[in-house]
Amino acid sequence: MLQALLHQLPVLQIVLPLVAAPIVAAFGGNGRGWMIAFATSLIAFAVAATLFAEVLDGSVISYHLGGWAPPIGIEYRVDILNAFVLVIVSGVSAICLLYARASIAAEVEEKNHAFFYATFLLCMTGLLGVTITGDAFNLFVFLEISSLSGYALISAGAKRDRRALTAAYNYLVMGTIGATFFVIGLGLLYMLTGTLNMADLAARLTGYGDSRTLRMGFAFIFVGIALKLAMFPLHLWLPNAYTFAPSAVSSFLSATATKVAVYALLRILFTVFGFDSAFEANVLRLIVLPLAIVAIFVASFVAIFAEDLKRMLAWSSIAQIGYMLIGIALLSHEGLMATVIHLFNHAVAKAALFMVAGAFMLRAGTTSIPDLRGIARDMPWTSAAFVLAGLSLVGVPLTVGFISKWYLVQAALTQNLWPVALLVVLSSLLTLTYVWRITETIYMREAPAGVRRSEAPLSMLIPTWIFTGLSLYFGIDAGLTSMAASRAANALLGASNLFWQ
Amino acid sequence: MNPDFALYLALFAPLAALPLIAALAPWPNVRDAAHIGTAALTFALTLNLLHLMLGGASPSLLLFEIMPGLPLAFSLEPLGMTYALLASGLWVVIAIYAVGYMRANDEAHRTRFTIFFALAIAASLGIAFSANLFSLFVFYEVLTLSTYPLVAHKGTPEARAGARTYLAMLLGTSIVFFLPAIVWTWTLTGTLAFQPGGILGGRVDPAFAPFLLALFAFGIGKAALMPFHRWLPSAMVAPAPVSALLHAVAVVKGGVFALLKVAVYVFGVDYLSSSGASVWLCWVAAASLLISAFIALSKDDLKERLAYSTVSQLAYVTLGVALANQMGIVGGAMQMVMHAMAKITLFMCAGAIYVTAHKTRVSEMRGLGRQMPFTFAAFLIASLSIVGLPPMGGAWAKWFLLMGAADAHQMTMIAVLAVGSLLSLAYLVPVTASAFFAPARGEPSAAMKEAPLMLLLPICLTALGCIALFAFAHDIYVFLLHIDFLPLPEAVAP
Repeated sequence: MLQALLHQLPVLQIVLPLVAAPIVAAFGGNGRGWMIAFATSLIAFAVAATLFAEVLDGSVISYHLGGWAPPIGIEYRVDILNAFVLVIVSGVSAICLLYARASIAAEVEEKNHAFFYATFLLCMTGLLGVTITGDAFNLFVFLEISSLSGYALISAGAKRDRRALTAAYNYLVMGTIGATFFVIGLGLLYMLTGTLNMADLAARLTGYGDSRTLRMGFAFIFVGIALKLAMFPLHLWLPNAYTFAPSAVSSFLSATATKVAVYALLRILFTVFGFDSAFEANVLRLIVLPLAIVAIFVASFVAIFAEDLKRMLAWSSIAQIGYMLIGIALLSHEGLMATVIHLFNHAVAKAALFMVAGAFMLRAGTTSIPDLRGIARDMPWTSAAFVLAGLSLVGVPLTVGFISKWYLVQAALTQNLWPVALLVVLSSLLTLTYVWRITETIYMREAPAGVRRSEAPLSMLIPTWIFTGLSLYFGIDAGLTSMAASRAANALLGASNLFWQ
Repeated sequence: MNPDFALYLALFAPLAALPLIAALAPWPNVRDAAHIGTAALTFALTLNLLHLMLGGASPSLLLFEIMPGLPLAFSLEPLGMTYALLASGLWVVIAIYAVGYMRANDEAHRTRFTIFFALAIAASLGIAFSANLFSLFVFYEVLTLSTYPLVAHKGTPEARAGARTYLAMLLGTSIVFFLPAIVWTWTLTGTLAFQPGGILGGRVDPAFAPFLLALFAFGIGKAALMPFHRWLPSAMVAPAPVSALLHAVAVVKGGVFALLKVAVYVFGVDYLSSSGASVWLCWVAAASLLISAFIALSKDDLKERLAYSTVSQLAYVTLGVALANQMGIVGGAMQMVMHAMAKITLFMCAGAIYVTAHKTRVSEMRGLGRQMPFTFAAFLIASLSIVGLPPMGGAWAKWFLLMGAADAHQMTMIAVLAVGSLLSLAYLVPVTASAFFAPARGEPSAAMKEAPLMLLLPICLTALGCIALFAFAHDIYVFLLHIDFLPLPEAVAP
């Protein structure tokens, strides 16, 4: 019985939250919705962790949906890379839901709570689906499930600020363009190969050579995903979306949505296309690498001058995505390792930071930076979490950010890409500037006279500190994440043709 | 006692005291006693390590691996032992001084102050005992971050601005230069362990060596090599005990210590001199030495003058490293010790003058010597030690550095060292001279009004220390000769 259940884990990962969502929508009044959603996310996390443990040795689980063999049927394919992402997504969901209870109660109207948690579960389903599936069209479907529910989640911030609606609408337009591009590209690939299964696509594209159709397909898919992951200069939807979304949603999406998009990019680039022709590598080297560096600097500069804490964090996310793209564009084992490990490292640090912003929002009623003067006096634990997670963004030793930075600099130096390494470390100074600006404001400035704010409730402090703790723990002992990232990088490179050219 | 356990104790004693100090916050007297007690205990544990080391033990400790192949590991060698003794020994003195100073000045947030103070010392000991470059870097950064709240202690706009410069320069140089230098060393050699004779020899093209050295020399911003010295005068907004311990001992000496370690155990003195990597550094260090001495001459604010004097004196150590021979290294290490003892005295005097007479400018201190004879006598002794006159300890440091310069056939550097001493004479001695001999401004206050005893005692102690070091210099010299400059036979084998 248990064995049979274990065998079905890949599909349970998706089906559980998918089924739980309508249940929550129908019977989720009076706080039951939160409970069901939280329980579901815990189970999903347990499933993901089990899958991760199973594939840690490098094996691959292939699950045939409905018993239909691929490439006709849909295949769920779990290897170390996507198991790692599954753990991130489900873990972050669980912790964010723990946090959401108090935060959402304050930021979203009571009557919408059931729908909110149902949408949350759907979004989670979509993200997990993108990660687990081995079928390119199925990936598109899940991407749209996650995006559509994402728009809805962002617009839930409308009670606090009506601009959440336009932010969600902008995201909807941009996201839909991205999805359309992705499908067009996929269609072109289908024309060439007659298949949609990723492994099958990869097999048929190997040795195919170069053609205009292939290039078009690559370009459409690339731009489509780049829109979803907010690659500079396709990032315009992100700042408003993260600023006006409810805090728990900002925390959740910043830690998962863009990360899953980066995963999808890795999968498509390395597994499906596999760098069969020089064209693909050139796109990365000549277009993505410079854009990523520009992204880091431009976004960090904007973050330095942001007037609102959440907006600052949103711009910071765009910069951090730049680091991940640099790792990909270096096209080496170390570079991929840096990207994969940064998926996790940035997820925990940024989730913690958005949670801090949410706690400030709850107690001070604002995240406008000047209004947060001296708040550390009233909210010492929340503020301390900000400093520690912020130092992680900067990349100070004993935090996860340092681990990412170390691998990224190492990757650049191994290829003698001196300027890249230098720019990466220089950009840390910009990060330091915007993090320290907040630290000084909340610690060193006098609080406005007569204003007293109480410490955030435990139900918000605990999740914040879980993420902060993780960002310290895996900065001190990065053995597990390094190993997972290293093996994931091996798997990606093994699937590609980079070393056979 | 098991040597490894002794090392463990010395490293963790200050850390273990942190919760205790925090818990004792409601009872200031007990808390301050705990502070002094922790300092004394840490010093005793470090002395115990010295005892074990002289007895032939070589303790080492591996905590855990942060990343595969990059562990936090600790071991003992003469340079690290010297720095650890400095930091922990002077902590005892300054703990007493700090208690007196913070009370006399009625400073707020004293528990926070004490906690970060102890944390900074813990980080210094981590730096001292690091067995590899990676561990050293980790504690180097912890030291920067833990001293930030101390520099910003007063919370005034000036304190904030000064602390901001402090943090930005130290963290900035370490991230932009030091970190890439370490990663580069790692990619080139595959190891970061400190090894006798260095790890670069035979693995790194000598053509790269000057660039790598530049990354280290400027990246270790705590050594305050110009043009990355601005943080030191900025940090002078801190309360006097912080300036005394951190910006005369723990932080700046952590910087030059790291530089010495890199020169001896990463580059290796032979590789450094044979590759000619450090020739340029001689000139930069010399320029830093002279320019900052001239700036010190022009400063009227006593603490600022002392800060630039520190920049100048640190350049002596950098110069010793750049000479790339045994005498240069020994002289640099000696300078590290002598300057620490003398400069901590000077900063404590500056603090005592501020507390007692509320004077910060040299020009206001005319005639103050008759009012505070002990303080200014101590100031004079320490000044002479900085200048390098016998019978003060500083004389030996300058002597060995001169020998190093002679060994390296660097006649210009001999001249630079001499001129540097003359300049320090010019910016330090007039302070005491005018305090004792110039007529006082305004009302002639003949009555003696010395600093509180808790301030005066540590000052007299370290002033006597400056003289005592003159007598004990030989022991230090012999101890420093134990540094392994050549690769150990088994280290060559693979």
